[in-house]
Amino acid sequence: MQSKVHVRTAINGEPAEFLCEPRQSLLECLRDLCNLTGTKEGCNDGNCGACTVEMDGRIVTSCLVLGVEAEGAQIGTVEGLARGTELHPLQKAFLENAALQCGICTPGFLVAAKALLEQEPEPSEARIRLWLANNLCRCTGYDKIIRAVQQAAREMKEARP
Amino acid sequence: MTKTEYQVVGTRPVRHDGADKVTGRALYGADFQMAGLLHGAILRSPHAHARIVRIDTAKALAYPGVKAVVTAADFPPAPDKLVDFGEGATPLAYVRGNVLASGKVLYRGHAVAGVAATSAHIAEEAAQLIEVEYEPLPCVLTAPEAMQPDAPILHDGLRTAELGEKAQGRSNISEHFRHILGDSKKGFAETDVVIEREFSTATVHQGYIEPHNATALWNNDGRVHIWCSTQGSFVVRDATACVLDIAQSRIRVTPMEIGGGFGGKIPVYLEPVAALLSRKTGRPVKILMTRKDVFEGTGPTPGSYIRVKIGATSDGKLVAAEAYLAYEAGAYPGAMVGPGGMCVFAAYDIPNVTIDGFDVVVNKPSTAAYRAPGATNAAFATETVIDELAEQLGIDPVEIRLRNAAKEGTRRADGPKFKRIGCVEVLEAVRGSEHYQSPLEGPNRGRGVAVGFWFNVGLPSSCTINVNADGTVNLVEGSTDIGGTRTSVAMQAAEVLGIPVEDVHPSVVDTDSVGFTAVTGGSRVTFSTGMAACEAAGDVIRQMKERAAKLWETVPDKVEAGRGSFRCNGHSATFKELAAKVGETGGPVVGRATVNPRGVGGSFSAAIADVEVDPETGKTTVLRFTSIQDAGKAIHPSYVEGQMQGGSVQGIGWGLNEEYYMSRDGMMMNSSLLDYRMPTSLDLPMIETIIVEVPNPGHPFGVRGVGEANIVPPPAALANAIYRAAGVRMRRLPMSPPAVMEAIWSK
Amino acid sequence: MQWFDYAAPRSVAEAVSLLDGRPDARILAGGTDLLVQIRSRRRTCGLVVDGKRIPELNELSFDPAAGLTLGAAVPCYRIYGDRAVRSAYPSLAEVAGLIGGTAIQGRASIGGNLCNSAPSADAVPLLIALGAQCRLAGPGGGRTVAVEQFCTAPGRNLLGAGELLVSLRIPAPAPGFAAHYLRFIPRNEMDIAVAGAGVSLRIQDGVIREARVALASVAPVPLFARAAGEALAGKTPGPEAFHQAAEAARAAASPITDMRGTVEYRRHLCAVLTRRALEAAAREVH
Repeated sequence: MQSKVHVRTAINGEPAEFLCEPRQSLLECLRDLCNLTGTKEGCNDGNCGACTVEMDGRIVTSCLVLGVEAEGAQIGTVEGLARGTELHPLQKAFLENAALQCGICTPGFLVAAKALLEQEPEPSEARIRLWLANNLCRCTGYDKIIRAVQQAAREMKEARP
Repeated sequence: MTKTEYQVVGTRPVRHDGADKVTGRALYGADFQMAGLLHGAILRSPHAHARIVRIDTAKALAYPGVKAVVTAADFPPAPDKLVDFGEGATPLAYVRGNVLASGKVLYRGHAVAGVAATSAHIAEEAAQLIEVEYEPLPCVLTAPEAMQPDAPILHDGLRTAELGEKAQGRSNISEHFRHILGDSKKGFAETDVVIEREFSTATVHQGYIEPHNATALWNNDGRVHIWCSTQGSFVVRDATACVLDIAQSRIRVTPMEIGGGFGGKIPVYLEPVAALLSRKTGRPVKILMTRKDVFEGTGPTPGSYIRVKIGATSDGKLVAAEAYLAYEAGAYPGAMVGPGGMCVFAAYDIPNVTIDGFDVVVNKPSTAAYRAPGATNAAFATETVIDELAEQLGIDPVEIRLRNAAKEGTRRADGPKFKRIGCVEVLEAVRGSEHYQSPLEGPNRGRGVAVGFWFNVGLPSSCTINVNADGTVNLVEGSTDIGGTRTSVAMQAAEVLGIPVEDVHPSVVDTDSVGFTAVTGGSRVTFSTGMAACEAAGDVIRQMKERAAKLWETVPDKVEAGRGSFRCNGHSATFKELAAKVGETGGPVVGRATVNPRGVGGSFSAAIADVEVDPETGKTTVLRFTSIQDAGKAIHPSYVEGQMQGGSVQGIGWGLNEEYYMSRDGMMMNSSLLDYRMPTSLDLPMIETIIVEVPNPGHPFGVRGVGEANIVPPPAALANAIYRAAGVRMRRLPMSPPAVMEAIWSK
Repeated sequence: MQWFDYAAPRSVAEAVSLLDGRPDARILAGGTDLLVQIRSRRRTCGLVVDGKRIPELNELSFDPAAGLTLGAAVPCYRIYGDRAVRSAYPSLAEVAGLIGGTAIQGRASIGGNLCNSAPSADAVPLLIALGAQCRLAGPGGGRTVAVEQFCTAPGRNLLGAGELLVSLRIPAPAPGFAAHYLRFIPRNEMDIAVAGAGVSLRIQDGVIREARVALASVAPVPLFARAAGEALAGKTPGPEAFHQAAEAARAAASPITDMRGTVEYRRHLCAVLTRRALEAAAREVH
C-alpha cells in the first residue's frame, strides 16, 4: 500500500508539518507542499547548490535529502534570513555589490555563505571560494559574490559588541 | 571636450527587484502555482538518428494519475510556410519538428511525446511507459563528416543554398555563403609572412542554472495563457501561435522571472506541448525540464571546424586573410555561422578578405544563440593566428593589433562600414593597463591577449510611463530582465525626467499589456528598451510642459524643462509639484514610445590572461584575468562589470573544460553539472575589469550593448597564454588537461 | 522517480531484518549517490532503509591503541571536524574534505563512498593505504573484511543479501607513519577523479619499512597496487624509490578511455600522483 508520510519538522524556527511521499525530496516538500519556493532547483543531483538549505546546523543540498528525513529536524531556508523588514547583512551586501544578475542561484549562495560566516567570521578569499564551490553561478563569474561575502563579514564583525 | 554631467546615469543604485531576489520572493517560472495544476513530462529519444515506426501510448494513458498524452500527431496540419521570430526565416516544419519529433528523431534527447499527470513523478513514470518503436539510422556528429558526399542525410528535403542559388541534390549543408573584400589571392602575393591553421571547437552549453519551464492554460474561452521563463515573451507568443496554428492574439504570455538565458531561452520547447496537454485536459499544465533535458534537449552553441589564413608584411601590416567556417547547426539549419562570418576579422582593417561559411546539420541538439553566437569560435582561430604572426614578426601582440585595428570607416568583408567604434581605445587600454605592464614571473607561466567583436542589435522595444500624483512614475516594459535591466532602463528614464531612480518603478509585463518588444538578446535591452524609455520619458516631459503652460497661462514651447524642474516667466515647479496637479490640468499623464533603433553600436572587448600550466598534468590555472570592453556609456557600471566578468568566465569555461563529450553513436556522456565542468568559484581569480567609453552616436547617452562581446576573446587569450607557459599551440577547444598534456607530449 | 517506501531502523538488527529478503532495499546514508541513482533510473529501489538513526553507524571514536572506529553513516563534516581524526589521520580528514562540496559533505559519508563502489571513489584508495577493515553485519552475523577486498566491480561489492556495512576500523598509526591521497581533477572541486593515488609509508631510521599504494579510476575497482608498495620496502625515501613505485603503479593500472581521460593519460597520471603523494607523505613523516 503506497501511503504518504506525516512529517513534523521546523522551518525557519517555526514548527511545520507536511504530508509527503517518501520519494519526494526535501526540496520538493519545501517548494510544493510548504510554498517556500525561494529554494531553487537547478540540477536535482547535488551539483549546482541552488537548493542549499540548512539542516540541523549544516548546509545540505535539499534535492539529495528526502522530505521524510526532515522529521524532527531544524530546516533553514532563504526565507528565514531577513528579520522582519531588516535584511540580513549578506542580503544587503549582495544588493550593494551587484552580486546577482538573474538571481536564481542567489538563495543557495546566501544560505551557504551565512553558514560559513556563522562558523568562520573572518574567512579568507580562498576559504570563501572553497566553501562556495558547491554553488554554481553562471552570470557573475563569482567576483562580486566573493566581494559581497567579504563585505558582509566585515559588517557583521563591526556589528558585534 | 567637456564631459556631460549626469545625475543618474553612471551611478550604481540597488536594483528595483533586489529585495524580491535576495529574500526568495521573486517568482521564477518553476515557482508558478495554480489551482488544478497538472504536471507534465517529456519522453525523449534514446537514439541520435532513427525513424519512428510506431508510438503506442496506451500503457501510459492507463497509468493511474495520467490525464493526457500528446505526440506530434496532435499538432494541427502544418501549413508549409516560413516563420521568423527575429533570428531569421525558418520553415515552420523545423520549428515544430524540434518541439515534438515527427517521422524521425534527429538527436538523442529529441522530444517525442508529452504526458500530463497529477504529479511530476507520475508523469515521468508514465513517459517511460510510452512504447516507441525506432528504426535506428546511422548518425553524423561533426560538420566535416556531415559535409561528406556519402554522409547520412538528416533531412531528405534539404537543398543547399549555394552562394544564393538553390543547389540540386540532398545534402546536410543548408547554406554556403561567401564574403569577398578586395582580392585575397592577390593580397597574399604581397605578404612576407603567411600563417594558415586549422581549428575545431566543441559544442558547449549556455549553462544557465534555471532549467526551462512552462505552464499553459487553454482556457474555456479559447485563449491560451502561458507562464514561463523566457528571453522573449513575444517570441513565445508568436512561435507558439505558429506551431499550434492559432492567432497570435489568442495567446497571452506572462514572463516569470528568468534564471539565466545567454541566448538559450529564446526558442520554444515546452510551451506548445504544455498548451496541447492543457487543451486535452482542460486544466493548467506545468512542465519543468530536468538538467539532463536541458543538456540533451535544448540548444547549445555550435561546435565548429575553422581554417584561418592571414598574411602580413614584415612591418606587421595585415594584407590578406581567408576564413573557412563550418558550423554545426545541430538537427535543424541555423548554426550562427553568419555572425561568425561577420565577426571573424572584424577587429582588423584588412584590405583583401575572403570568408566562406557553411551551415551544416548534424545529429546533435538544434543549436541556439549563446552570447555573441558564432563569434567566439571564430575569434579563437583568428586571435591565435594573429598571436603567431606577432611572434614570427617579433612584434608585441598588442602592438600588431593596434597597427591593424578597425576604426571608423573600416569596411568589413560582409559589407558594413564601421561607424564610430572603440577597437583602438580598447587595445590602448590593454596596453596601458597595470596588468599588461606588470611582469609575469615564474616557471610554466604565460600571458596571452586577444580581442573580440560583437555587432549588437537594435530591434523593436516599447515602453509606457505612467505619472503618479506623488511625483513618481511607473514604467512598463516588455523586456524580460535577466541581469538588472529593469534598473538600467529605469535609470535612463529617471535621467530624462530629472527624478531619482528610486522614483521610477519598472515592471516587466505580459504580452497583452505592452507594445511589441523583441527578445532580451543581442545586447539590446539597455540600448533599445533604454531608448524607448528615454523617448517615453520625453513624451512625459512634453505633456508636463503642456500642463505647466496651462497652469501658468502660457504656451508649452515657452516652458523650459531640465533636471526635474519646469520654468517659465518666473514661474517654476518641480516634477513632483507638477505631478500633483495633473488631475486638475487635464487628467493622467501617460508617456509612450515604441522604437526600432538603427543606430546600434558594436562593442569591442579584449582579455588579458595569465596562466600557469602544470607540465605533468596539462592542467591550466588562471592566475590573473582582466576584461576590457567598450561600453559606449556605462549606465550602471556595476552591471557593466558584471556582464564583463560573467562573459569572461563563460569564455574561460569554454576555453578550458566545457564540451559535449559525445559517444560515437551520438550520446552525450556528460549531461550533468558534475561532468559538464562549468567553472566553480574555486577555479577562478577575481576578474578585473576596465570599462572603456567611446560613446555610440546612435543612442542618447552613448550606450553600446555590453552583454556579449566579453565572451569572445577569453578562449583565444588563454590559448596564447598557454603557448607562452607550456610551449604548445592549442587549436582545439576545450584546452582540457588531457588535450594540453597530449600537445606537450607531441612537442 | 519510482515509488519507494522508507524505514528508519534504530538498530543494526532491525536494519538487517528489513534488508533480509528485500533485494530491492537500499541503505541510505548520506544519499548523495543513492538518490541520484534512483532518480536517474540507474538503480531500482523499493525500500529505502535510512541508516542514520542506528548508533553503530554513527560512531566516530578513536583509541590510541585500537585505532579509529568510523561508523558507515558518519558524514564527512564530522570526520574533518573531529580533533582526534585531524591529529591522528590528517589524510583522512583531508579526503573527507574532497568528497563533493561543502553541502555534499553535510550528508555524504565515507562508508557510503565505499558501498557505492565506484572505481573513482576518493576515500577508498586512502582507506586501503591506511589498512582499514570493514565490519559488516548480516542475517548470519558479523564479519570483517579488508577494504581492498570489498569492491568487486563498478557499483558492486561483496555485501550479501541482507548485509550492511556497519563501520570501518582503521589501525592506529605507528610511529613514522604517514598517508596521503592525491587525485587529479580538471576543476578544483566538485569533480570526479580522472585518477587518484592513496599511499602510506612507515619510515624508521631513515628507511621505508612498509608502504601501501592504491589507485582510483584506473581499474574496475579501487585498485590495491601491492607491487608499488612492496617496491618501496627497505628503500631510502627519495626520488629513486618514489620513481620506482610510481612506475609500478603505472604498470598496475588498467584504465579505460572515457569522458574523463584516455588510457595513456590515466596511466601517466598514476605515476605522477603516486610520486607526488609519496613525496607529501614522506614530508609529513619528517
